[in-house]
Amino acid sequence: MIDTEPTSCQELVELVTDYLEGALGPGDLRRFEEHLAVCAGCERYLEQLRATIRISGTLTVDDLSPDAERTLLGAFRDWASASTV
Amino acid sequence: MEQGDAQLVAALRAGDEETFRSLVRSWNGPLLRVAQIFVPSRAVAEEVVQETWLRVLGALDKFEGRSSLKTWVFRILVNTAKTRGQREGRLLPFSALNDPARIPEPAVEPGRFRPEDDPRYPGGWSAPPPELPEERLVAAETRAVIGRAIAALPATQAAVISLRDVEGWSSEEVCNALDLTEVNQRVLLHRARARVRQALEQYLTPQIA
Repeated sequence: MIDTEPTSCQELVELVTDYLEGALGPGDLRRFEEHLAVCAGCERYLEQLRATIRISGTLTVDDLSPDAERTLLGAFRDWASASTV
Repeated sequence: MEQGDAQLVAALRAGDEETFRSLVRSWNGPLLRVAQIFVPSRAVAEEVVQETWLRVLGALDKFEGRSSLKTWVFRILVNTAKTRGQREGRLLPFSALNDPARIPEPAVEPGRFRPEDDPRYPGGWSAPPPELPEERLVAAETRAVIGRAIAALPATQAAVISLRDVEGWSSEEVCNALDLTEVNQRVLLHRARARVRQALEQYLTPQIA
């Protein structure tokens, strides 16, 4: 971080999602990247957010219980036979 | 109607069980997460998901493809869950979904930055994020920590981060399914990710956080 930097670290961490989502305007984007280039703390923060996103993507989601699936398939069969009659 | 959706709908109307089973399985996690915004417990959310599928079948003939099938199913879920939530006496988190920015919530605890009047680095890190050991980042344990951190989030944030980062949905899909603006979706995602990162840091470097 350098003292002429218009974006402080505290401001930068609030812009990280907009940055990753491509939602920063050109001026904000330039200031964001300039700050990032010289600030190890913010660079690490961004890295950790990326790690968070990456690991989240490896989580498995809630599986449907076999009971619930059986109930739904039963309902589907009823529905299908009623609608083709 | 979008082509993939047209095929799905045609298969469902033809009574193809495999198509139904695969939809029910692959959307179960996201449906549960979203239902939990509106109802008080996981058990009730499961009932809401079941009821949603029954309604989807009942209304499938009326599906015209003006939205994607996924969006349409999630809209039915949200309506079902809201109704059920009201019956359960749950106060709907309207502001949490529609105006999340009204309640400010910093991504990083303010105490980790220098004060505004710091002579050299106002708002600069005083306690920057520590280095996280790479080999532990990939450990199964760490994934479990992240899973728990997501589960502990406010329900709206949990739903948004689950759809975006766990399920890999686009922001547009999430906005459509939850009827959120782009800005509010980003606010919720931002807070969710910030909290999960914090949990990760706390777990991997407990002495600092």
